[in-house]
Amino acid sequence: MKRLKVALIGNPNAGKSSLFNYLTGLNQKIGNFPGVTVDRKTGISNLSSSVQADIIDLPGTYSIYPRSLDEQVVFDYLTETLRNETPDILVVVIDASNFKRNLLLFTQVKDLGFPVILALNMLDLAKKGGLDFDLNALQKELNVPIVEINARTGKGVDSLKAALVCPVHIVPDSFYKSSEVAGPVVTYIRNRFKIKSDYMALLLAHQHKKTTVLSEEEKKDISDLVAKHHLQSNSLQYRETLARYEAIHTIIHKVMSEDARQGKIRWSNNLDRIVTHKIWGYLIFLGVLFLIFQSIFAWSEMPMQWIEYGFGALKGFISSLLPEGYLRDFINEGILSGLQGVLIFIPQITFLFAFIAILEESGYMTRVMFMMDKIMRPFGLSGRSVVPLISGVACAVPAIMATRSIETWKERLITIMVTPLMSCSARIPVFTVLIGLMIPETKVLGVFNLQGIALMAFYLLGFAMALISAWFLHKWMGGKYKSYFIMEFPTYKWPRFKNVSTSIIEKVKTFTFEAGKIILAISIVLWVLATFGPTEAMQKAEASIAVDTVNTEVYESKVAAAKLEASYAGHFGKFIEPAIKPLGYDWKIGIALITSFAAREVFVGTMATIYSVGNTDDELSVRESMKNQIDEQGNLFYTSARAGSLLLFYLFAMQCMSTIATVYRETKGWKWPIIQFFYMSFLAYGSSLLFYQFFK
Amino acid sequence: MSEPSKTVADLRIGEKGVICGFTDEETSLKLLEMGCLPGCEIELDRKAPLGDPICIKVCGYNLSMRLEEASTILLS
Repeated sequence: MKRLKVALIGNPNAGKSSLFNYLTGLNQKIGNFPGVTVDRKTGISNLSSSVQADIIDLPGTYSIYPRSLDEQVVFDYLTETLRNETPDILVVVIDASNFKRNLLLFTQVKDLGFPVILALNMLDLAKKGGLDFDLNALQKELNVPIVEINARTGKGVDSLKAALVCPVHIVPDSFYKSSEVAGPVVTYIRNRFKIKSDYMALLLAHQHKKTTVLSEEEKKDISDLVAKHHLQSNSLQYRETLARYEAIHTIIHKVMSEDARQGKIRWSNNLDRIVTHKIWGYLIFLGVLFLIFQSIFAWSEMPMQWIEYGFGALKGFISSLLPEGYLRDFINEGILSGLQGVLIFIPQITFLFAFIAILEESGYMTRVMFMMDKIMRPFGLSGRSVVPLISGVACAVPAIMATRSIETWKERLITIMVTPLMSCSARIPVFTVLIGLMIPETKVLGVFNLQGIALMAFYLLGFAMALISAWFLHKWMGGKYKSYFIMEFPTYKWPRFKNVSTSIIEKVKTFTFEAGKIILAISIVLWVLATFGPTEAMQKAEASIAVDTVNTEVYESKVAAAKLEASYAGHFGKFIEPAIKPLGYDWKIGIALITSFAAREVFVGTMATIYSVGNTDDELSVRESMKNQIDEQGNLFYTSARAGSLLLFYLFAMQCMSTIATVYRETKGWKWPIIQFFYMSFLAYGSSLLFYQFFK
Repeated sequence: MSEPSKTVADLRIGEKGVICGFTDEETSLKLLEMGCLPGCEIELDRKAPLGDPICIKVCGYNLSMRLEEASTILLS
């Protein structure tokens, strides 16, 4: 079978990712703000019965000259073709409703000398706006195969597949004559590196410092050459862009009649008059956030109860099947409790990602960035930081990866450093349990759930702390820097159900299998640690309890508690108890803190194991058994002060191995993840200490 | 000293102008790529609630930028 290599390239919002989904059938998220496809995504497409294609989806870019990390990825991909394999065909996806600007990238890509197919998307929108094309004339002008597609409905994808199978010829003529502006440099680079096109040589002359394909020696040679011929990169780029637009202008005049395209824009603008209004804009944004938190708490309660009942019944069934002993305990308390700890959060995660996907898809996120930019700037952030910060509410790992679309390194770094302070979905279970202990379940004004309001308050507190930390980092790092906010404002689009559901399924799958693996593994390790201990100590613990033949239940519970204290887990917790006592924690919480440093959601599973090992009553939920814990004086252990102190600790502490690994990868070193770990731990310890000492 | 020229940052909402040049080389490269060309008509569409950034109509679509960036676009 023949195998082709195909790359998709185009402006952000041109419909590349949707087309990619149609071509490959692979799941991928599609957003409406610049920079949603950060990583290179690849997939396989069956073009015909005898031809397959490896398709790569490149990040959206406005030009071949990189100004952000996203664009750098595209630049690297195109220049690495000098050393590695060349794609057989590049598909340039173009938004026909924004033809002129989209064509700029097309002319650059074509001049590089790749075989190119033009996929003309959103022609329906363009026609509605009064832009009409003569496709035959366009094909003649551009001299490449043109395929009309609709990436939202999948129309034209089959024609594109058919066009991909046909051989595409490279046309030697170019829109911009590189040799005329920098002849000797272009000739030298072409000959030395055996490059096929003048423009690729010129691009290397421009970007030789940033490229990955040249050795240090080669870079220096080009540097000298550029200096010798007095090539001014900026003014050369300026003139090139103008020349390209001139060529585009000529083409446009030949292929279309331009009328006003007021219809579509006016609709979007009218909506924006309210959505980005001085007062309504922020109220709507707050309302949206409020709706999200209410749904996480209130709407997901029922499905969560079903899961709880389901596991209760399953454990009962296992108990009736197996005799009492280690095996039954292992299955019920080690495995099933761990699984329950994973599955119980699926309803909440589903709601959260449904909202985030809809906001991205519709174009609302861009409006949020627009409204928040001025507010974020004093803190060393920008409107662009809002999207990673809001995504951080779901999970810090993709959120930190989403910072790649921030062009300024300092802004990006600050965003990376403070994003983990946003309350991610892994904190939801911890919050659910602890807020339930701290705040009564009452209704405010008849409809609003007081616990839901408290949850929102904790999210806002995390956000406030992120801003404060950002300000300190901003001042500490100092330095003048240039920050851009030149950003396309997409028109509103109805979110596609398919894209939203794809996003939800992908996220739930990631959580269940990636986080779930860790949670389940730690749940089992914990069960072992809490069940076994130094033999002598365990025997002593059992012997220390006076045998009570009348009240066997009380006796067994006491033995279990004594055994837990003597177990390895007990030793662990006791070891750190002196350090956490000022925060109001005992050694049991100590065990949970230690395990949570792998991932915070483990807290609930740990509590379940610790207390269900200590308690014989399985039927009560974790929260109930925590509520019933009694301290040495016979008072309730989980006072508001203790629960609040724990909440603050989990709100601020860096307890996620995956995030640390991601920050390491994105900042290319250990410096920033280490700083992040320590400043967040300091925040967590300090605030919990203050809270507990003040309110106890 | 010559009269300071009018820039996009000076536009009122709904007011139009024609781009005649730029004052910052690096910013101008990005602006060109986004379709803000000398000779293009530009209209201030709306401002963010706090007056900054702004949103302009250029080249048939909406583009947002900060006042600081808008002030580098000279109008004739």
